[in-house]
Amino acid sequence: MLKNEYRGVWTIGEVRNGEISSVSYELLAWGKKLAEKLKVELSSVILGSDIQGELNELFHFGADVVYVVDDENLEHFLPDVHSRIYEALVKEYKPEIIIASATTYGRTIMPMLAAKLGTGLTADCTKLDVDVKERILLQTRPAIGGNVMATIKTPNHRPQMATVRPHAQKALVKDEKKDGKIILKNYPSEFYKSKYRWVSFERDKSVDSPIQESDVVISGGKGLKDGKNFKMLYDLAKKLNGAVGASRAAVDMGWIPYSHQVGLSGKTLSPRFYMAVGISGAVQHIAGMSSSEVIVAINKDPDAAIFKVADFGIVGDALEILPVLIKKLSDEVNEND
Amino acid sequence: MRIAVLVKEVPATDKVKMDEKTGTMIRSGMESELNPLDMYAVEEAVRIKEKFENVHVVAISMGPPQAVNSLKEAISMGCDDGYLMSDKNFAGSDTLATAYALSAAIQKLGNFDLIFTGERATDGETGQVGPSVATQLGIPVVTYVSKIEKISDEFVRVCRSIEGGKETVEVELPALLSVVKEINEPRIPNLAGKIASKSKKVPLLTANDIEVILDKVGLSGSPTRVVKVFYPKLSRDGKIIKVRDLESAVNELVEFMKQKGVI
Ligand SMILES: Cc1cc2nc3c(=O)[nH]c(=O)nc-3n(C[C@H](O)[C@H](O)[C@H](O)COP(=O)(O)OP(=O)(O)OC[C@H]3O[C@@H](n4cnc5c(N)ncnc54)[C@H](O)[C@@H]3O)c2cc1C
Ligand SMILES: Cc1cc2nc3c(=O)[nH]c(=O)nc-3n(C[C@H](O)[C@H](O)[C@H](O)COP(=O)(O)OP(=O)(O)OC[C@H]3O[C@@H](n4cnc5c(N)ncnc54)[C@H](O)[C@@H]3O)c2cc1C
Repeated sequence: MLKNEYRGVWTIGEVRNGEISSVSYELLAWGKKLAEKLKVELSSVILGSDIQGELNELFHFGADVVYVVDDENLEHFLPDVHSRIYEALVKEYKPEIIIASATTYGRTIMPMLAAKLGTGLTADCTKLDVDVKERILLQTRPAIGGNVMATIKTPNHRPQMATVRPHAQKALVKDEKKDGKIILKNYPSEFYKSKYRWVSFERDKSVDSPIQESDVVISGGKGLKDGKNFKMLYDLAKKLNGAVGASRAAVDMGWIPYSHQVGLSGKTLSPRFYMAVGISGAVQHIAGMSSSEVIVAINKDPDAAIFKVADFGIVGDALEILPVLIKKLSDEVNEND
Repeated sequence: MRIAVLVKEVPATDKVKMDEKTGTMIRSGMESELNPLDMYAVEEAVRIKEKFENVHVVAISMGPPQAVNSLKEAISMGCDDGYLMSDKNFAGSDTLATAYALSAAIQKLGNFDLIFTGERATDGETGQVGPSVATQLGIPVVTYVSKIEKISDEFVRVCRSIEGGKETVEVELPALLSVVKEINEPRIPNLAGKIASKSKKVPLLTANDIEVILDKVGLSGSPTRVVKVFYPKLSRDGKIIKVRDLESAVNELVEFMKQKGVI
């Protein structure tokens, strides 16, 4: 392996329903720091159907180069087709680093691509840095239910690959003057042969704002006493542009679907703001949210474990506090209008 | 039809205790168990066996000798056979090397139509092994499977639980499916199952038995290296207030949220 042939930082953009999704812009913020330190170009790779219109946005958010493969066969996610195209692109352009978001897409396509390329892949990183001299990516990630942090590198293989936790980083400030280079690639029809057939997508309204996609997550536990009290969490989340999560106990009670469960056997999140309401703070719950930037807890038990991981806590009855908080936030928003 | 289920033995995470002062994990007396998320994979395979005729389910695990317990548990839930891949050459494998070894064992045991994995193991937590095994075998993978709608000789139709909703896809067999918790409710092994698993022999597979290239397994076959492990201090020493008067408590919270840029 001639490591020095590999240069540049790539980010794997995501297209959902024809639109470039927000994680694509966040990835550029992750990549920018690395590309600046390594003094190389930052690229975004976009696969999709009918997407050309919005590509300039990627330049505005930091990309120097955008690789585009636009084909009607790319309308849906067919893993074999996508991984075949990424493999061809990597073999032609040889980036030293590839990062993707740890979404269901990134977590599927990246291990496939790493297996094809025979290189290392680090999962769900919360921090990335580079050893500039050695040009080695230092990837830090939580494991074992958030109890351990490990820094991992891929010293001898290229590209170095990582997925990063969605929404752990904000997109850069938009610079509308920034321009870049578009590289449009076409592949012959055999690239599009697939063992998959896409059938349908059904929106699930209860996951309208998926918790892994949100900067703000308001979670409820057994302390909410009744499924209908989750309505207050939805009201609160709406005011803060967030999503609603839950403890396993709340899911087990049937108050909210499993897709909202935060924790060891649910989703692991790092939103910028996490609020735990009526959640005791069992290790299995904390495993899913302890790396959130800011944590607020509301619990009537002053000794609840959740307060240990909270930046701010209120000891009191959530069912009394929530209505007052929602009212207060409505007033705030009106004032700001 | 032949089905393989890949199962991993992990530390019993609900037993993991943290030292409050140092923020380190207390490891002494740590028990291990079948990865809780792999029970859903086992359950789904066993349900297929119960629904169709001539289905044979094989559980495969790579791990230390005591991982035989996890295979026995899979057998007690209804798997027909269990194989344990255990060899000092496998030690230190990252996900690429683990998946390579597993794919070699799958090829050796032969002719599987379906392979199941869990969504992720609760210790390494990468979720990378399933897609990597499939790719190294040259077969398709469907991740985040929350429902199997239809199985025929040539394909399966499944639902995937993804951001914003449910996606339905069909995929040709043989294929690997990594399943999520929503897919079923794993059974608790009954007495007959437990007895069956006791007497069942779990053959051991070494690196030699599955004919792997030694440079591609273990530490030497792993592109990634762990350079540092540390224990995050979870405790934040935040400000905790008691409600005396609702309005002022809420005001204080709102001030805090403003300060943090949430509002
Ligand atoms: C293998 C395994 C995996 C697991 N995975 C997960 C997981 O992914 N996610 C998860 O969350 N759990 C998980 N658990 C379960 C976990 O151990 C806890 O049982 C669960 O998190 C408890 O949920 P809870 O905090 O809502 O309920 P409880 O522990 O019952 O806590 C309820 C809290 O509400 C407070 N309360 C009550 N009334 C009020 C009120 N009026 N106002 C304010 N506060 C109030 C109480 O003081 C209490 O602290 C797992 C367990 C195991 C063994
Ligand atoms: C702190 C820490 C961090 C790590 N980070 C990384 C990393 O970022 N990248 C990396 O490549 N390696 C990493 N590793 C190594 C990795 O944990 C091992 O390679 C492990 O054997 C498999 O990965 P996993 O536990 O993540 O399994 P996952 O990929 O999460 O497991 C998914 C499914 O694959 C099947 N499966 C997984 N392992 C086995 C097995 N041994 N036998 C049978 N079936 C199995 C199960 O069905 C399981 O549900 C890390 C290890 C540690 C201790």
